[in-house]
Amino acid sequence: MGRSEDARQRAMRHPQAQAWWRQMDCGFTQVADVFEECLYEALSAFTRAEMEAFVAAARELAHLGRGPEPVLAFLEGWPSAAAAVGAAALDDVMSLVRAQQASPNGSAIAPLLQTLAAVARRLGSREQLAGYLELARELMARTTDSLHGRQAMTASAGLPAFFGQAPQLVEQLPLAGLRQWVEYGLRHYARQPQQQADYFDLKLADSRAVMQRERRGTLLADVERQLDCTLRALWRDPQPIIPYSNAYHALRQITPYHDSLGARLPDALEARDGVAAIDRYRATLAHMAGHRRWSRPLIADNWSPFQRLAVEFLEDARIDCLLLREYPGLAPTLLALHPRPREDACDPETTSCLRHRLAMLSRACLDAAHGYRDAALNETVAAFHAALTGGAADTARMAELALAWVARTRRPSDQLPRIHFDDTVIDYRDDNRALWAFIEEGDEEEAFDTRKQAAEETPAPAGLPPRHYPEWDRATQSYRPDWVSLYEALHPAGEAAAIDRLLARHAVLARRLTRLLDLHKPQNTQRIRHREDGAELDLDTAIRSLADLRCGLTPDPRINFDQRASGRSIAVLLLLDLSESLGQAAAGGGQTLLQLSQEAVALLALAIEGLRDPFAIAGFHSNTRHEVRYLHIKGFSERWDDTVKGRLAALQAGWSTRMGAALRHAGAALAQRPADKRLLLLLTDGEPADVDVEDGQHLHADAKKAVSELASQGVDTFCLSLDPQADDYVRDIFGGRHLVLDRVAQLPEKLPLLYLALTR
Amino acid sequence: MSIDIAQYRIAREPFYRPQGDEVALYEAAYAARLPVMLKGPTGCGKSRFVEYMAWRLDRPLITVACNEDMTASDLVGRYLLDRDGTRWLDGPLTVAARIGAICYLDEIVEARQDTTVVIHPLTDHRRALPLDKKGELVAAHPDFQLAISYNPGYQSLMKDLKPSTKQRFAALDFDYPEAALEAEIVARETGIDGETAARLVKVAQAARNLKGHGLVEGASTRLVVYAAELIRRGVAPRAACRAAMARPITDDADIRATLDHAVDAVFA
Repeated sequence: MGRSEDARQRAMRHPQAQAWWRQMDCGFTQVADVFEECLYEALSAFTRAEMEAFVAAARELAHLGRGPEPVLAFLEGWPSAAAAVGAAALDDVMSLVRAQQASPNGSAIAPLLQTLAAVARRLGSREQLAGYLELARELMARTTDSLHGRQAMTASAGLPAFFGQAPQLVEQLPLAGLRQWVEYGLRHYARQPQQQADYFDLKLADSRAVMQRERRGTLLADVERQLDCTLRALWRDPQPIIPYSNAYHALRQITPYHDSLGARLPDALEARDGVAAIDRYRATLAHMAGHRRWSRPLIADNWSPFQRLAVEFLEDARIDCLLLREYPGLAPTLLALHPRPREDACDPETTSCLRHRLAMLSRACLDAAHGYRDAALNETVAAFHAALTGGAADTARMAELALAWVARTRRPSDQLPRIHFDDTVIDYRDDNRALWAFIEEGDEEEAFDTRKQAAEETPAPAGLPPRHYPEWDRATQSYRPDWVSLYEALHPAGEAAAIDRLLARHAVLARRLTRLLDLHKPQNTQRIRHREDGAELDLDTAIRSLADLRCGLTPDPRINFDQRASGRSIAVLLLLDLSESLGQAAAGGGQTLLQLSQEAVALLALAIEGLRDPFAIAGFHSNTRHEVRYLHIKGFSERWDDTVKGRLAALQAGWSTRMGAALRHAGAALAQRPADKRLLLLLTDGEPADVDVEDGQHLHADAKKAVSELASQGVDTFCLSLDPQADDYVRDIFGGRHLVLDRVAQLPEKLPLLYLALTR
Repeated sequence: MSIDIAQYRIAREPFYRPQGDEVALYEAAYAARLPVMLKGPTGCGKSRFVEYMAWRLDRPLITVACNEDMTASDLVGRYLLDRDGTRWLDGPLTVAARIGAICYLDEIVEARQDTTVVIHPLTDHRRALPLDKKGELVAAHPDFQLAISYNPGYQSLMKDLKPSTKQRFAALDFDYPEAALEAEIVARETGIDGETAARLVKVAQAARNLKGHGLVEGASTRLVVYAAELIRRGVAPRAACRAAMARPITDDADIRATLDHAVDAVFA
């Protein structure tokens, strides 16, 4: 202990406190120093019996052999936590503490207790807190490594991090969302201690992404188009809306702001005071648009921070008044969001009341029924309205008013360090950074936006930037956001003559195909009946008209019909699986699957070119989720010429088959095509698989999901599988739309015929 | 063949509030018997303007609403069969040319291009209409004039006038009037108070700002008038705006929410 004094013998001032201290039997001087104060706080909240339980729990914590930290955190935190969730919840907490003590996770007891008060205040009920503790218990159980399934050996890496982030997490997520977030971390990082700690510490990208998905409230991304429309429609001031996140900095909360790049808004908002989240966003945008329309920057160098604060408040009030003049229907929203400080809420003797006075002034400018009695305030409000009568006034006039008001109401206590903040934050307003211009460089400019550009984790291959696609997670029935990185590139070119040689080998087949194609060529005509001027007489209507004539009725003169040209409207994208297995030799022949595919694709291309359907060819393979290669072989607008043949000739097999991302990417390209039918033809020789996925069913489920996504975008997917064992899974993935080719050697013949049959 | 001219006359002065010098321009064009083309978005007052000018010039007005099923004989006339044989019936264009009316072809681009060319001989120095089926050349009455309207906002490649048709007209550009004037027009037309009219116009302008961003065309003056009529008959202003100005022009949920918000923001 290092000190000679025995803390157990410390004298307390009150006899009852002395009795409890003796009962504690605690040797930590740090605890002895604060014990009595903590008791007084607890006494105001607890009954006698609860006090006994409180002291008993503290005693137990003091005897865990974990130092003074758990006791201190408990003594300081529990009274306020109990005020929120009820003192009876103590049993739940102590039960978890004992479970931790009995496992290797005793060191996480202090983190649990340190954040318990903040968590309990947010959760607000014993049931909610019990849910949180249960979640922590489960996290502990599933991340604590055990030997031979019996004896727990090493402590959970994620648990202390989880407790550390818990206040923010419960702030942002409902309990169900928190459970999802924990579940995700457990499933993916249960066996990787370092990454596990990073996940639960919100340091991993997917940790943040999953949290974002589970957020409470309205996500900016969901309403962005509406907000964009609002800016255009009401303010004629279209500007980009850029989200920022407040989820990761509990202390440094950013207020909305606008700069040369656009309007910056928080990425999620909750409804508040009866105002829906979207209306809160709209109020902020309206206020920003007002500034852009009516505010002019002021030179700030010679003004004190107080003066600037006052100018900002009055200028904001002016903007809001002008907004309401323009759109009076916004008044209920703004007044509901604007705090209504009580006039006597702040004691000027002990606290700096500047913000409080300004907030009242701002309220009074907007709300005629403010009811404040202060003379200076009322006179300033009158001057404010006088300045706005008959015009918009300007920023400089507001600055004059503000400076006069500051000079008049200044108090010595404004300098006090204790500042009254309650009910003075008007959160729909932006931070007014655009209101100030500085002639000399100050130390404030650098305070904004110091976030560094995160270094790219994996060096991106040259070419287009990666596209990120989600992947369907069978276990949770939800998407893993931005899970797969897909790189699109032009396929390297080879020798085009090789393809011509292949086609020459299949000359007979090619001729047969050409004959077949002539039959399939669109007839190009469609009959349009009921024309007065037309190419031919339509006998049916002519006879009817004649009959009318004989009856003495007015006949219909539209008795001709016309021919109009009409065509097929099919866009096709052929997606080739270029995984390693394609290099294998085909059964019963000297050719590899790759060569057969090349022949088949060449013949198909010939056929489709003859039909003049727009079509594209692409290949894909993957090397873990971080690198799915999507190789462009022929685009819709490219002709079937030597460049394309060269790329086809250079096909090579390698890596694995992560089908879902490739399907999504190809489908997105296809969905853009203006055609009545869009066909995605997938040629593959195996099931979806990748080296970083152990659960084979996972990629199946993802591919199946991708197919149904495409169907909803109007893209039909058809799979031609070269894997004789494919029946087990293709039906599941592609529904009925598949064909399994048993004799691979037939591929060059079958593929074009399949296409013709599909598009007949 | 007798034609009842009186039915084509405009009896009472239609309410039209000029936005610029279009009345003087039209009068000059009519004095020279130049064909006139009125361009502008839907519901901004083109048809009303023609009615007004016909009244002002004291000419009968024959209006034809064009559609894509319309053939040349729908304009010129055709032979009808009856018990005794065949009988020629003049189309509206021929009637107008005979009696010296103003013939107004509304939304001319809706008609097929081969239909449109029948007006060509009437729109240059010839001022005649050949009826080739009947073997007659109708020389236009000295008071006859052709007016067409079209909405360039459609911007469809399929629906545009041939250059040879375009270059036969003096063109007048129409657009929605500026806010104060539009409010005055709405108030005059419907009899609601100026304050409400100004707010209705504000909602319409919000919708017009979305043109090209999810809306093909903003809320027209005609729709503002409809909303005002609903209000005058006791419908609450917000409900009237939704029914007459927001719902008709969009099915897009985001746009609808934006317009609803605009209505709420304008009507406190």
